[in-house]
Amino acid sequence: MKKTRKGGTEKPRALSLAETGRWLWTQLTSMRTALVLLFLLALAAIPGAMVPQKSISPARVLEFKTANPDLAKVYESLSLFNVYTSPWFSAVYLLLFISLIGCILPRVRVYFKAVRAEPPATPRRLDRLPESTTSSTTRSAEEALTAAATLLKSRHFRVVRRGDSVAAERGYLREFGNLLFHVSMVVLLIGVAWTNLFGYKGTSIVVTGQGFSNNITQYDDFTGGGLFSPRNLPPFSLSLDDFVVRFETGPVQTGAARQFTAHLTVTDAPGATPHKEVLEVNSPVQVGGTQIHLSSHGYAPIVSVTDGNGNVAFNGPVVFLPQDGNFTSTGAIKALDARPEVLAFQGFFLPTATVDQRGPHSLFPDALVPELFLNAWTSPPGPETGKPQSVYSLDTTGMTQIKTAEGTPLAVKLKQGDYVDLPDGRGRLTFVGWQRWAQLQMSSSPGLGLTVGSVGAAIVGLMLSLFIRPRRLWARAVEGEDGRTLVEVGGLDRADARTGLDDDVAAVVAVMDDGATPSSEGDE
Amino acid sequence: MDFAAYSNLAMMTAWLLYLVAMMVFGLEWAMARRVPDETVAETAEPALVGATVGAAEAAGTADGTSHRTVRTSVTVDPGRAPEGTDKWGRIALAITMVGWVANVVGTALRGVAAHRFPWGNMYEFTITTVMFIVAAFLVLAMRHRMRWLGLPVTLLATIGVGLAVEVFYVAVADLVPALHSWWFVVHIVAASIAGALFNIGSLLSILYLLRKGSDERGTTRGWLAQLPSTKKLDLWAYRTTAAGFPLWTFAVAAGAVWAQYAWGRFWGWDPKETFSLVTWVIVAAYLHARLTAGWKGSRAAILSIIVFVSFWFNFIGVNLVFSGLHSYAGV
Repeated sequence: MKKTRKGGTEKPRALSLAETGRWLWTQLTSMRTALVLLFLLALAAIPGAMVPQKSISPARVLEFKTANPDLAKVYESLSLFNVYTSPWFSAVYLLLFISLIGCILPRVRVYFKAVRAEPPATPRRLDRLPESTTSSTTRSAEEALTAAATLLKSRHFRVVRRGDSVAAERGYLREFGNLLFHVSMVVLLIGVAWTNLFGYKGTSIVVTGQGFSNNITQYDDFTGGGLFSPRNLPPFSLSLDDFVVRFETGPVQTGAARQFTAHLTVTDAPGATPHKEVLEVNSPVQVGGTQIHLSSHGYAPIVSVTDGNGNVAFNGPVVFLPQDGNFTSTGAIKALDARPEVLAFQGFFLPTATVDQRGPHSLFPDALVPELFLNAWTSPPGPETGKPQSVYSLDTTGMTQIKTAEGTPLAVKLKQGDYVDLPDGRGRLTFVGWQRWAQLQMSSSPGLGLTVGSVGAAIVGLMLSLFIRPRRLWARAVEGEDGRTLVEVGGLDRADARTGLDDDVAAVVAVMDDGATPSSEGDE
Repeated sequence: MDFAAYSNLAMMTAWLLYLVAMMVFGLEWAMARRVPDETVAETAEPALVGATVGAAEAAGTADGTSHRTVRTSVTVDPGRAPEGTDKWGRIALAITMVGWVANVVGTALRGVAAHRFPWGNMYEFTITTVMFIVAAFLVLAMRHRMRWLGLPVTLLATIGVGLAVEVFYVAVADLVPALHSWWFVVHIVAASIAGALFNIGSLLSILYLLRKGSDERGTTRGWLAQLPSTKKLDLWAYRTTAAGFPLWTFAVAAGAVWAQYAWGRFWGWDPKETFSLVTWVIVAAYLHARLTAGWKGSRAAILSIIVFVSFWFNFIGVNLVFSGLHSYAGV
């Protein structure tokens, strides 16, 4: 505020630190700021749906980075691959919640005062209210006012008698609902934060007939919250006894998934009695605080590898990873114990195999005509390098591809039950059969109860704040000199009310009149 | 009996009837071209709703007849049009009603044909949402004399059913296992009804902006004059959107509960989840804007229209543009 004076201007006094703080606080907690922050939140959430997110599909982030290396650098610097944990997104919602708390706290205080306050004083002129009616009756003023008070009390108004009038108010729950909703939003955030800090989530692929024990080493991938320690993993174990999968074979949506049922045997803790559980897509199995979900599935061809010495070097199912909706799957078979040379294979498992110009691929997700298409590799047995290797693909450095007599790379095509002898007596590969595998997801969301409870409370609060209609009514009765009592009733809605104010006013007049027809000015 | 074929027939009928109703509503509006502004009286109405006693007293006129003014203006019936146009309006409303019945039959038979609730893909969701939009309109038209919403609503219904029948259509099929859940039913129904209410609210906001613009230019004639005052349009836009908000909150929450069952996490920033939150936040912004100085009126109305855009983008755009767990369009 600059004041102009003769001979020059006076500089405004600089704000003290406390004043600046208070000014900032006032700005932050204003409705206008909240509105802008809400809008920013909506805008800030959008990029996360358009740019692949590390937390949702790391594979697509990698794909994006390979395709657009330069753009990816810009995105990376803007945290666009981690929108929902980025500093700017966090800033928006944290400011919004601080603004919300700052807005709510004073209102809670005001509400606690208002909720105990009596209805406001009767206005002098009731006929200036949005709705008003007058009448005259032969009853005494006292009788009329008592009748009005009784009626209003029965309609859940808070009623107070003041001299020649009755003041009544209802709808205190509206502001309560409003506050409940906003407080619930804060509790919701706390619940989500709780889950993120103390929860964990991980997946593990389990082949039918095999088992899993809840230990960090058995997970294929695992993320724990900031305050979660892997030592807190509950010590359960389970085995996948059977896994039934069915696909649509009809003409519409052919190949769409129709049924997944996994039969588990779960042991809650070492030494406990095992129990059977059925796991389906929408019905997770609960073990203590951990939920087990079925998150994905695929095929594991069962193969047997006989080495050059004639010994069985490997025998069992090998997990292959699906690449498309029809479960064209890729994987690697490694017979590290094969002698004199280590043998390894990589290629495709096709549940319903075909070969056309696209190359070998699967036509249907179910295993109707399962085939293996593989290349073979060999290397001298080396010492264990300890270097981590993917079990799903083959690192061919230091390996030699096995070739046919003509010198072309050996390409093996096997039907179920077939075997192939490798050239030069290197060994034999048999396609024994196949198993399904299920990817199980283990997760714990300790803040879930808090979150669900707060959402429920928020909805209740919303309904109250939107549908409760605060209303104030006043009735006055004055005995005139002619022996009749002049009755005046007026009312006012303090929020958008649908209907009923006129009905309430008319009802109060009627009861004060003792059934006499009210003469309403407003009626036409 | 081939329920699927009967369902398709019913939907084609509904489409045709909505189209005809839209044209007749258009005729009604066209014929109202020369009607002068009847609702001028209403603009004199003192702003009493939500006012405190003190303000009410201050706003009252000296002769003490202010409440009379209000009562008078409330009973001005904006839907009451001159004889000729009124007839067309009633005919259009009747056609809309028949179209709606066909819509209901089409949706129900779809469920019968599929042996499940008919909300498994975009086609089914669209015809259901249009059904709820038209149902909301019929209630408003008959109980609250809001027949003037007919043209925009039937326009929306015609486009909606048209898109469903021509673009989104897929033959009847079972659901993928992820959709086998009771949460699926409540989630979709709540989302659909809330969406219908948001749609009506946004249409009202569009009418609000049209009427406001013409009022400010002083050119309110014809069909604009048959609309109620800007104040009433704004109020009804608020009422419908506000009624949809708890439902939408519930729909998002039910979706989260279902996600917890299906995927082991209640919120994963899937594009559909993200945009339903974006829609929720914009509705919240709209509700707050109506209470904020400088945002009331036109700016709030624009937010309400953004709700409309966001809802349909969430539904159509996200399914077709982004890959996510909700990509079940089957198109």
